[in-house]
Amino acid sequence: MTAQTEERVSRAAWRENESLRRLGACLFAAAVLALMTGATGSSADPAFAVTHSLLRPRILVFVVLGLALFALIEGSSRYGARLRTSLAPATAVRKRFFGMSATRYGVYLALLVLAIVLPLIVSNFWVTVLSQQIGIYVVLAIGLNVVVGFAGLLDLGYIAFFAIGAYTTAFFTGYPKTVPGQISPLPIHPPIHLTPFEVLPIAIFVCFMAGVILGAPTLRLRGDYLAIVTLGFGEIVRIVLVNSDNVPIIHKNFTNGPRGAFGIPHPSFHIGGFGYTWTLSQREYYWLLLGFILVLLFLFRRLEDSRVGRAWTAIREDEVAAAASGVPTVRFKLLAFAIGASTSGLAGVIFASQIQFISPENFPLLNSILVLCYVIFGGMGSLPGVVAGAAALIWLPNILRDYVPPQDRFIYFGALLVVMMIFRPQGMIPSRRRARELELAEGGIGGADAMGGPAGGAAR
Amino acid sequence: MSTAVETLQPAAARNDPVVSVDDVTLRFGGVTSLSGVSLAHQRGEILAVIGPNGAGKTSLFNCLSGVYVPQEGRITFHPSKGKAVSLSGRKPFKVNQLGVARTFQNIRLFNALTAVENVKIGFESRQRTGPIGAMLGLPRARREERESDERAFGLLEFVGLRGRANDLAASLAYGEQRRLEMARAIATGPELLLLDEPAAGTNPSEKLDLERLIRRVNVELGLSVLLIEHDMRLVMSIASRLVVLNFGQVIAGGTPQEVQRNPAVIEAYLGAPETDGEGGSDAARA
Repeated sequence: MTAQTEERVSRAAWRENESLRRLGACLFAAAVLALMTGATGSSADPAFAVTHSLLRPRILVFVVLGLALFALIEGSSRYGARLRTSLAPATAVRKRFFGMSATRYGVYLALLVLAIVLPLIVSNFWVTVLSQQIGIYVVLAIGLNVVVGFAGLLDLGYIAFFAIGAYTTAFFTGYPKTVPGQISPLPIHPPIHLTPFEVLPIAIFVCFMAGVILGAPTLRLRGDYLAIVTLGFGEIVRIVLVNSDNVPIIHKNFTNGPRGAFGIPHPSFHIGGFGYTWTLSQREYYWLLLGFILVLLFLFRRLEDSRVGRAWTAIREDEVAAAASGVPTVRFKLLAFAIGASTSGLAGVIFASQIQFISPENFPLLNSILVLCYVIFGGMGSLPGVVAGAAALIWLPNILRDYVPPQDRFIYFGALLVVMMIFRPQGMIPSRRRARELELAEGGIGGADAMGGPAGGAAR
Repeated sequence: MSTAVETLQPAAARNDPVVSVDDVTLRFGGVTSLSGVSLAHQRGEILAVIGPNGAGKTSLFNCLSGVYVPQEGRITFHPSKGKAVSLSGRKPFKVNQLGVARTFQNIRLFNALTAVENVKIGFESRQRTGPIGAMLGLPRARREERESDERAFGLLEFVGLRGRANDLAASLAYGEQRRLEMARAIATGPELLLLDEPAAGTNPSEKLDLERLIRRVNVELGLSVLLIEHDMRLVMSIASRLVVLNFGQVIAGGTPQEVQRNPAVIEAYLGAPETDGEGGSDAARA
């Protein structure tokens, strides 16, 4: 670590020059100021704000201001020191983001830019794939990764929480009984009418609770048994949705059964004078999902490297030792389960308002298994891995559409999974910890969980 | 087994137990693993439990740490502050949080984590940062993270593993793993440390290190230590008192000298009237 830092310092000594850095900060502040005071863009010309603020002569005013600030800091003994200390937080932020190795930062940045411009350069078909399949399933995979990758619990009913999130959206975007003449997605009426964004926290909470309710009695089970129970749960939720169009005794229709819920509105938000409504156009949905994915990646990255993430690793590695070290194992497993479930619920909300029509057919067992495949294929416990895994495995059947008969597509899918598991069981981009576990398990040291290697869960 | 308790009492001048075991009986189906075991571990002492294989030593440990629940009897923990609490029937993590930490006979580290991360798990089991605090990097989360980092490095320094902080637990040498496991247990902030055969499988020089370390844990950190060990030389040199188990019963207790002279022990365990350290340990391994 220290050696690495030293090397970087010697390689780019000019970057470590305090004065130069302050000059940079001053100019950066000037540019931000110019942008803030300049014109705003419009949908017709999104880059207008940037060109207008930074490439017109008025920028010179701000540059002069920035240079004046710099001169004041460097030249004045009286104000300089005080200003320098007030600039310290900005330096800390810079260090935070540029502290990681330059190549890594560059790769991430390039990928981000690519992810943003991708829907502008591909055909409409692929934009739809990006938003309706990849976007949604990447969110699902990130959520399942918490359960399977971080905590080592095998969840085969994961799609049920997705369904709960979607149906919660259908319910709350309906209209109360008191509002006549409006058609609700479901035949039952919510207490209040909400937009999909307003449903978001409710759906997350509902799925969190659903995760806790399912988890509390079942998380005492080990690997394989837990998998069967969750599989059962997933099917129960789907079948309840199918059969609740005429509930016996009370003769009431709750879910429209196999016909599903339709007419779920697109999301929109209005804050102050600023507002936006998503439409059928898939590109904007993709960007919305991309935003959610970035936030989730940021949050879960921190979670992984925190007390909570380490406790999950400990439980996954050796539950007995974790408990003996004071880790409340059941509580942490429950937490992983519930966090995964609420992420799934979040995906459900966006999915429901994106395609506007949901039915139990959207939530078959196969989808639970597919999400699990994405996680394992990408690399359990690795956030970049599961994103890449989901993207790659959804891309494959879609690209094969043009080359092979449609009914053959999953043969290639299956073959790829088999080959991958033989030659690279740790996944595309394995997590540091998981890769070690797999190595150790192969060497016969330590116990990997039911997902991780030969020392299976039930045997422990 | 009241006779055994009586033989223990004179050796312990004070009566300020950190944990007391009263008439504990543990059965597995028809097999009685512990039968009417009683002992009192005085605060601040190093108490060793010895006995031939299958005598019930590890069963006793598992009862103390909440892994097994004895069918009869009481196990009471007396924290230095606060009321005495019963340990039997509590979940292992709860027992740990009350202040009783343990190590395992077959080392159980988190192999995919680094040494310092292993120790941090111990500290962090007492922390309160939740998922939201961790995700958003709230002040408490950051403070606790910093704290557990500092303390974990400090503790690694204490056990002599500072230089290996960022190595994987699995890559450490055997003796180092033993010490790391102790560090992880100490990190949970116990008053009583249960060591299950800490010297098993270590070489003579590692044994010396361990002996020194256990003494320092006892003296410098002020922890009471309960120890299962087969190595008689180690036991006789560091334990202030011994309890001898055989077939699930306490057959003797007292200072190392008293136990070495006790005819019941010699007959049941050491096997020969002439005893020295090495002979004893051979008998134990046989």
